[in-house]
Amino acid sequence: MSVTDLVEGVLSQKRRYLARLISLIEDEDNHALEALSLLYKHTGRSHIIGVTGPPGSGKSSLVTKLTAEFRKRSKTIGIVCVDPSSPFTGGALLGDRIRMQEHSLDDDVFVRSMGTRGHLGGLARTTSDAVKAIDAFGKDIIFVETVGAGQSEVEVVDVAHTVLVTDVPGSGDDIQAIKAGIMEIADIFVVNKSDLPGADKKATEINAMLDIDPRERTWRPPVVLTNSRTGDGIPELVETILAHLKHLKETGLWKMKGLQRSRDELQELMKYKLTKELSQKLQGKPEYEKAIELIAKRETDPYTVAEKLIAEFLFSESR
Amino acid sequence: MSSSKKIRVLVAKPGLDGHDRGAKIVARALRDAGMEVIYTGLRQTPEMVVRAAMDEGVHCIGLSILSGAHNALFPKIMELLKAEGVDDVLVVGGGIIPEDDIPGLKEAGIGEIFGPGTPLDEIVEYIRNNVKI
Repeated sequence: MSVTDLVEGVLSQKRRYLARLISLIEDEDNHALEALSLLYKHTGRSHIIGVTGPPGSGKSSLVTKLTAEFRKRSKTIGIVCVDPSSPFTGGALLGDRIRMQEHSLDDDVFVRSMGTRGHLGGLARTTSDAVKAIDAFGKDIIFVETVGAGQSEVEVVDVAHTVLVTDVPGSGDDIQAIKAGIMEIADIFVVNKSDLPGADKKATEINAMLDIDPRERTWRPPVVLTNSRTGDGIPELVETILAHLKHLKETGLWKMKGLQRSRDELQELMKYKLTKELSQKLQGKPEYEKAIELIAKRETDPYTVAEKLIAEFLFSESR
Repeated sequence: MSSSKKIRVLVAKPGLDGHDRGAKIVARALRDAGMEVIYTGLRQTPEMVVRAAMDEGVHCIGLSILSGAHNALFPKIMELLKAEGVDDVLVVGGGIIPEDDIPGLKEAGIGEIFGPGTPLDEIVEYIRNNVKI
């Protein structure tokens, strides 16, 4: 399959081509980058909704129910769900599809599971590129479901326009856990499994935390109670998501986020490319190995050597 | 283990069959062998299996069945794959499948059938050696 075929296939909404492109993206194949560079101008249209929260807080079920509600409103949906890869074998058990059966034959829903493949932060390194592929394919809404997150898996904020943070009643003092990292990235809090005792208490606790949030913000994250089994609260959550989207557009935040994202993306890409080129250039070179030995023997130090190598790399004539 | 190609396998239970212990054990073994395993859960129609396999870009489909409906469901899945133009996905099966049925299933395009008691390593090795990646 040539890159041109791939790009045309994706743009004409052939899902096989989309699936193929995402596989290439995941394998960090060079063809994927070529295709993405051609597709880039067709991206930026989807509303990307991140869903994060602790394991077992009902993220997949929530995404399934939200998908059903958005489908009623004739929106097309892409879903990327990320599960952890084993740090020991690199293998992964990707089980989020189990909850998404009701949409499995809907032509307007595309679901893709990804393993983190060693990346930390709640997503795979290639998740944002996979999202771009689905964006170019033309889905109205893309859900990005993170791995079960604890405190620092906050990378989804760089990918999504609207971030939902899920929690469940009775996780008690667990409010401490969300305080530090995840608490700060939520645009909307979802207290899922709202039929369990303690749902209102949980909502009150989150609101109390928000009351003392010192940041000046034009959007105070609402707390929405949902039940993914019965569907209670799902229409309200969809309305809240749409209100957030409207807020982003009206306040100019949508544009600002886009700019920030392009900056981060460019920087990240340059960093990645430079690191790769630098290590390719140095790997196995005798003077490089020698320098490492000298550092180990404490005859020189890594700070000096790094400065020197990077200066040489940046100003070498071949570049 | 970041940038290498990974073998992706869909483990599915087609038909009306709630016995998923075997499927889960195999899924776990494939995971431990470094593969990415997408587990779809119970009661899949052939259409659902094929759609999931295509969207997920898998190299192999592992079908587990203990209901006795393999002679109907397995060939149906192969037929649908063919109709979609998919010819590079390895399909294997396991569960309670009588010896006599195996030649017919292989003829329909199933790569191998693994019965009860098959060492997990054997399944891992077979998939590794036969996927097109």
